[in-house]
Amino acid sequence: MNRIFGWTGKILKIDLTEGSFETVRPEKPVYEKYIGGKGLGGYFMLPHAHLHWQSPEIPLMFMTGPLVGTGAPTSGRISVITKSPLTGTIGDASAGGKFGTEMKRAGWDGIIITGKAPSMSMVRIKESTVEILSASHLKGKRTDETMALLNDGASKAVIGPAAENGVLFSVIAFDSDSFAGRNGAGLVMADKNLKCIEITGTGEVAVYDTPELKKAREDIFRLAAASPVLKGELGISEYGTGTLYDLIRSRRMIPADNFRATFFPGAEKLNAFHYKEKYTPSKTGCAGCHILCKKRGSDKRAIPEYETMSHFTALIGNRDIELVMEANRICNEAGMDTISAASTIACYMEIEGLSPDKIDILKLLQEIASSSGEGKLLKEGSMKYAALKGHPEISMSVKGLELPAYDPRGAYGMALAYATSTRGGCHLRAYPVSHEILRKPVATDRFTFSGKARIVKIAEDMNAVVDSLTACRFIFFAASLEEYARALSAVTGVQYTGHDLFKAGERIYYTDRIFNFLNGFTSADDDLPLRFFSMEGSSGEGTDIPPLNRGEFLKTRERYYRVRGLTENGLPVKEKCMELGIEWNL
Amino acid sequence: MYGAGYRMESLIKKYSDKLVSQNLCEKDTPLLGAIDDSIIWSRDADEIPVLEKVLLSLNTSSILYAPVKEPYRSIINYLAENSTDVIRPDDTETRTFLHDIPVADQFSADEIIDNLKKRKGLIVRNRGIVTWGSVSPEQAFVTFSSICFSCYVKFMTDFYFHSKGIAKLPGNPEKTAALAVSMYRDFIAALQGEPSIQGPFSSPDQTAAAIIEAGLLTVKSGMVDSFFGNISAKFGSTIYISQTGSSLDELSGAIDPCPIDNSTSNAITSSSEFSAHKSVYESSPAAVILHGHPRFSVIMSMLCDDMNCRNRGLCHINCSKERFIDDIPVVPGEVGTGPRGLAKTIPPALKGRGAIVYGHGLFTTGTVDFTDAFRNLIDIEKKAFLLYTAMTGLS
Repeated sequence: MNRIFGWTGKILKIDLTEGSFETVRPEKPVYEKYIGGKGLGGYFMLPHAHLHWQSPEIPLMFMTGPLVGTGAPTSGRISVITKSPLTGTIGDASAGGKFGTEMKRAGWDGIIITGKAPSMSMVRIKESTVEILSASHLKGKRTDETMALLNDGASKAVIGPAAENGVLFSVIAFDSDSFAGRNGAGLVMADKNLKCIEITGTGEVAVYDTPELKKAREDIFRLAAASPVLKGELGISEYGTGTLYDLIRSRRMIPADNFRATFFPGAEKLNAFHYKEKYTPSKTGCAGCHILCKKRGSDKRAIPEYETMSHFTALIGNRDIELVMEANRICNEAGMDTISAASTIACYMEIEGLSPDKIDILKLLQEIASSSGEGKLLKEGSMKYAALKGHPEISMSVKGLELPAYDPRGAYGMALAYATSTRGGCHLRAYPVSHEILRKPVATDRFTFSGKARIVKIAEDMNAVVDSLTACRFIFFAASLEEYARALSAVTGVQYTGHDLFKAGERIYYTDRIFNFLNGFTSADDDLPLRFFSMEGSSGEGTDIPPLNRGEFLKTRERYYRVRGLTENGLPVKEKCMELGIEWNL
Repeated sequence: MYGAGYRMESLIKKYSDKLVSQNLCEKDTPLLGAIDDSIIWSRDADEIPVLEKVLLSLNTSSILYAPVKEPYRSIINYLAENSTDVIRPDDTETRTFLHDIPVADQFSADEIIDNLKKRKGLIVRNRGIVTWGSVSPEQAFVTFSSICFSCYVKFMTDFYFHSKGIAKLPGNPEKTAALAVSMYRDFIAALQGEPSIQGPFSSPDQTAAAIIEAGLLTVKSGMVDSFFGNISAKFGSTIYISQTGSSLDELSGAIDPCPIDNSTSNAITSSSEFSAHKSVYESSPAAVILHGHPRFSVIMSMLCDDMNCRNRGLCHINCSKERFIDDIPVVPGEVGTGPRGLAKTIPPALKGRGAIVYGHGLFTTGTVDFTDAFRNLIDIEKKAFLLYTAMTGLS
């Protein structure tokens, strides 16, 4: 390969069964087409789509993007890609911290891990030196305990006891504040007997045109400064994502009582302001980020993200913010996804007919993490738990992934986006909150499906690019692919326009659809729990929250399939693959 | 909550009509197309085959093409004729959101696609403007309007330096400048109307009603670019403020109540200037704040003869001079709360009738209701216009 910029041109492939490693050097066109992060991960995952997640050959990938380690704003993230034990779909997650930056500085665009170590192990990477070491002394330890026992200066990716105990929604923790959540990637790591990865690098990422990157950076900073949701005095820079709590509450779309209500009386006392008053947080965030959305209280505990704040209050009927802090701490330390944990508990409460005062949430979380008591069943997630209890309809999930804290009856684009998300019930694939609630780039009517098929498809493509760059989704409340194309061109020397990136995003997302198709997913899986079509939300204060109209939803999904280039059953087609340059034969 | 509702059909009609009502286009000339899984057009037109190809080639949900009305037509034609392939206005709108404006020679799909892959809109020489929206036709409208505004401000600013002999323009800009001034003189002379809701306000509902009325008047009087700006009023310990990106002529349901103690975070959907408004309320007797983008106030703010100043080119963030237009201070400041944001520069300057942010817009206040704030907005703009015409010899 000729000299390349932005990318290092090298991916580290580690075989834990053999205890060996090698360097993979993708051709430059592969980089140009799939960019990095989620895109590259999807490209390398596709040939392994047929494997069970417990197969030793299933890859677990840590992929950065070309902007990581450069001066491009908010671009220090990493994507983790594997097959999800929770859903059986493609399983990818974006995480922050400094792991991606250290990896790039060590000279790697990504790490692909296959095989299974004979006993609990760890991988230590220092520049180009790779060691596979015993981690028996770390077995069973919490994420924070493990971090503390590793090299201070290194970046770390670790799993907690939840993964070791088979929790299907286990996460991988990065450094102290970031997590690759949602899809159970932690469990895949545990299945490979890999407790942690430690990485250090000191090199510099080559940039093609530094002055041009500086200009792109200034444009992005200017837009961020003009964004109330990012840098306003009540924005996520000051309050974290918890600042969304008031907004979602006031729009009467906060999921309450396992999605049986969309309003939670007393929620005004549980907002980000009250966390700030009580815990006096300071700012922290990813390497090189100027937004710093993460918050830590003066007692060093992490302030919960919006989803955690909402689900550990409204969804389960709790009005004690200290309990939310502790639930968040337990999940983080055990290495569990907070959305799935809270939602599975809400499902359990509904099936068992338990009121909030009859349940010890923290004890239940400990039981899930340790696979004891009720946790033996709940660790499987709400879909499997509800099915086992004979009430599959009570799991508020899509494709087995529990829904986050935006009730779809309050935002119809979100309803479609939940259904079409390739990793299951996720708000981040299309993030319609941006226009349906936050008015960015402009406001759309949240109570109509009109136009949403194409909007959701475009947003999915855009966010696939974001996760491939690997940049932060939040900056796109302000900037667009127009500005990031300029940054990417400056970094790599490959001339991209915003629309070239959209095309790459379409290719990356379509690859997800192929992966899921190979695992038997059809339109029947692109659907919402029936509750949303039959039960009214909590109307009031001049806002009606009727049930979703199923006929309109299905018509919109049909339109989405046409816009996406899928069959009426949501399946990929050869012509579209050829158009997008995806090398895969139906 | 969002007014008439988001329907593709109604939206393309709405924004076609707005282009006409805001004097940017002649009746029946805007052509707006929107696509979900199929395309709908605002009218039949010969340009549809080209624009359909553009729409299907890009990841967009809408596209807009229209010839522009005078004086924008002459201004844009002049700028396009005297540019190679891009126009670079220096106002805040362009610097922050548009970056620059590409110019195409032909109304051909390939040339339009090539430019729209990089930017939100472009000028086609001697034809008009093409813009797109990723989510809504509203974006296409806003970009279209912003291009008109930015080109107007750039031309009139350049013309000032031309008239002073500081930087000569090619060709014959005098005719175009005279046309623009003549049309604006007629427009501004015909302005009438004042807010009818008098303060002190007695309830949150009355406060909101006063904001809605002031917003409508501000747009009707042409004191904004597109329909942007922001408006707020204080009632008790709450600031009621227009939402970010809201149309000032459609503020019903688009006003956020924001407690001054930040005890709720509703302000994350409020105007990007919320912090500036809040600081003004905390440091002055203001009861209401009005912020528009009256064009000659913006143009005048950008006219500084000190060509050798070390801050030249960075006036919008670094200007250290004490500058005034009449008695109105001109301050630097970028949109928002950044280190050089107008949230920091406006509050100390906004002690009298108003204050102007370089290349951006005008803030005015009232201590009781919107009567004084609106009157000051108009009076300051009229004064800025008079000063401009006197300085350029166009009076």
